[in-house]
Amino acid sequence: MSSAVVSTSAALGRRFIFDEPSEAEVCPLTGDKKPSGKQAAMASVFESTINHQKSKLPAASITPASRLEIRPAPEMAPSGVSAIDALTGGLPRGCLTEIFGPASSGRTSVLLAALAAATRRGEYCAVIDASDALDAQSTADAGVELDRLLWVRCGESSPHKNNSPLRHRDTEKDKNEENQGCPILVPRVLRDRVGTSPRSENSAIPRASEHRLEQVLRATDLLLESGGFSLIVLDLADIPLPAARRIPLTTWFRFRRAVENKSTILLAVEQQPIAGSCSTLLLQLGAIKPTTTQERKPSHSHLLTGLEITVELVRSRLERKPARSVTFETKTAWAG
Amino acid sequence: MFACIYIPNFSVAAALRAEPELQAHPVAILEGKPPLERVIAVNGKAGGLGIAPGMTKAQAELCPELALRLRSAVQESSSHSALLDCAQSFSPCVEDTASDTVLLNLAGMESLLGSPAEIARAIAERAVQLGLSANVAAAVNPDAALLAARGFSGVTVIPPGKESEKLGSLPVGVLFHDHAEDDKIETLDRWGIRNLRALAALPNVALSERLGQEGLRLQQLARGAVMRTLVPVEPPLVFEEAVELEHPVVLLEPLAFLLNRLLEQLCNRLASRALATQELRLTLELSNLTGVDDDFENIGIPSESDGGVDVQVASQIVSRRQTRFSRVLRLPLPMLDAKTFLKLLQLDLSANPPGAPIMKILLAAEPARPRSAQGGLFLPPSPEPEKLELTLARIAGMVGEQRVGALEILDTHHPEGFRMRRFVAEVARKTPQRKNPDAADASSAVTALRRLRPPLRANVTLENGQPTRVMCPRKKEVSGDVLWKAGPWRFSGDWWEREAWARDEWDLALRNGEAVSFYRLVHDLLGGGWFVEGMYD
Repeated sequence: MSSAVVSTSAALGRRFIFDEPSEAEVCPLTGDKKPSGKQAAMASVFESTINHQKSKLPAASITPASRLEIRPAPEMAPSGVSAIDALTGGLPRGCLTEIFGPASSGRTSVLLAALAAATRRGEYCAVIDASDALDAQSTADAGVELDRLLWVRCGESSPHKNNSPLRHRDTEKDKNEENQGCPILVPRVLRDRVGTSPRSENSAIPRASEHRLEQVLRATDLLLESGGFSLIVLDLADIPLPAARRIPLTTWFRFRRAVENKSTILLAVEQQPIAGSCSTLLLQLGAIKPTTTQERKPSHSHLLTGLEITVELVRSRLERKPARSVTFETKTAWAG
Repeated sequence: MFACIYIPNFSVAAALRAEPELQAHPVAILEGKPPLERVIAVNGKAGGLGIAPGMTKAQAELCPELALRLRSAVQESSSHSALLDCAQSFSPCVEDTASDTVLLNLAGMESLLGSPAEIARAIAERAVQLGLSANVAAAVNPDAALLAARGFSGVTVIPPGKESEKLGSLPVGVLFHDHAEDDKIETLDRWGIRNLRALAALPNVALSERLGQEGLRLQQLARGAVMRTLVPVEPPLVFEEAVELEHPVVLLEPLAFLLNRLLEQLCNRLASRALATQELRLTLELSNLTGVDDDFENIGIPSESDGGVDVQVASQIVSRRQTRFSRVLRLPLPMLDAKTFLKLLQLDLSANPPGAPIMKILLAAEPARPRSAQGGLFLPPSPEPEKLELTLARIAGMVGEQRVGALEILDTHHPEGFRMRRFVAEVARKTPQRKNPDAADASSAVTALRRLRPPLRANVTLENGQPTRVMCPRKKEVSGDVLWKAGPWRFSGDWWEREAWARDEWDLALRNGEAVSFYRLVHDLLGGGWFVEGMYD
């Protein structure tokens, strides 16, 4: 059994799979030495416990591995860049796709191309922008139908305290959990006057560096739960790598489970891959060189006309082929 | 056929509609200015305990389990509106006879709604859904239906020709709904006339000699033989519910409990009229605590000046004396889901607390036609409007109201020439049909700019007026020697406004160690600073 199958079964909450009903394994006895009375008693207790547990399981809950359903290959949606489509077949629906690369490697261009392709198909998309970096004009120039794009601009501090889904090291624990379920409508000074019992104020403020990620993860959870979006983009491209790596793997696992068997494409844009084995498709981008006009002329006659981007297929769960790459060019809006 | 809906003990019924948990308790309604309040109405349980109209409050308070409520004109008005809505949901011809009585014409309704008995039962069920326990009667003339509804509890159907027989057992008191005519009851009582059968059997001439034409009219009513036309009303489409609180509410949980009740009543009323709502107005009357203005100023109570662009919550009015607090919840599409409304109001109130104890809640809904959209079999999925509204409200609570929505490009050359507007996902939105949507423009992607908000201030080394080195103190990775540059591109605009801008833009390639990145550098010609505005990515 491959590790992937094991992890999926665990995620599904299935029981462990037994090929055939077997008795509890007891340590073999060597030589003529017979077990002592204490060992024999423990073995019998262990055996009876196992048999008791097995008797409680319904027969239908144990499925032989050979009878497990083969998961169908996900439907692929065009990415908006023909070179990437030729490389990967598109972006898999119901899966997590990671696109990573350094600055100026074309991540945002690919992101906008995917958004444009999806909105042209009449689908609704959402961008959860951790750094509030989306440029409106570039988005429009890329051909994104703006009516179909939900933009969540993270970064502004929230007036409300939230439980951080991140792995906290030293944040203060909320001392007043009572207020979480019953927000207060009246300031404390007035509550005291009208006879309500005073409650302590909430003083735990998440650190600014973590706050954006918290918002991203919560917004992603909410949008995945809401449903109806065909492409949800997590733009983590400007989040420092140490901070991005603090997103627990379980969170990525949850996201992957949330989109599984749906037509949603979950696309994460990062500096380095951070979702581990949860991503179905992993693409690395890099800019080879800019495409410009002649350089000998004075600078005011130069023009940045685009970037030459290389895309490397680092990993794909859909097909096991060696890593390979393609190159394509982006064009600036003024290049014509 | 005509039907009559009558709410017995209307004051109590209005109070019970506002507080359904009192159904199992003895309830008495008080009226009058303190300390002269008197009991004006009681329910059956209170009557069983010996509580009777006319008692003083002090006398009624001797019964410890009795729930005393002040008569509320707002609640009675809401109940009367609900009564009209109930009638209007069955017939367009409705007469607003009294605050507790409506008459409706059922002519022609049989083919749609069934027999008169079925219609009457359906009316009673609808009234229960609207929080009212009603007597419903159907008869061939309106007054016979009215007398039957006032005299018989539950559902009564009088077959044609049986009016006199059916109404005969009713006491003569049902003819006089108004206490101003108590002298006539007394007169009839002195004559030994105690039910309608006895009144109907009196000789006409003798009755007219003693009571005049009014006596003859009463006799005709008692015989169920008065035929008149209804005076139909077109009730205004006003959907308001209110509750007055005896004790101030300061926490969201009890407030949500009350809001839930009001929203369910509103949604039931809207549903009975086949309507939905696109705007909810919540008005809270706050306890006027004197001497706390200084405290309010420092606790972040939103004021009108804080309000930004109209997005979800359009208006918020908090008077200086903190007596009234209003919120308006505008929805992108007509909806009719009390749970969704409640959650949206909860999120809104937790983000914008009223800031003072709440004494009265008034909730109004602006009626709208329910949306009718059919999703296509081959259309891509779209978010459900109710779920999406909740999701957006939750996200707005996290990131800010102005930071979630759809982009709208403005007609300007300003570098940040856009604004956020409400994101609406319509199922039936028309999409431009293309033969192969994926083939279009798929061959090339646009080089995108990633904006740095706010722009990074940079120290720029110039050589012959051109940048040769850029250093950003706040972000070390945006630093390095200029490998390649294009520019300057000069832009300016809004010179007629206070926020005029003029700038030179450069496209740069910066080498930082091994990496080469492309940035947009901006020289602010008015302010004089250099900024890295974004990165080409």
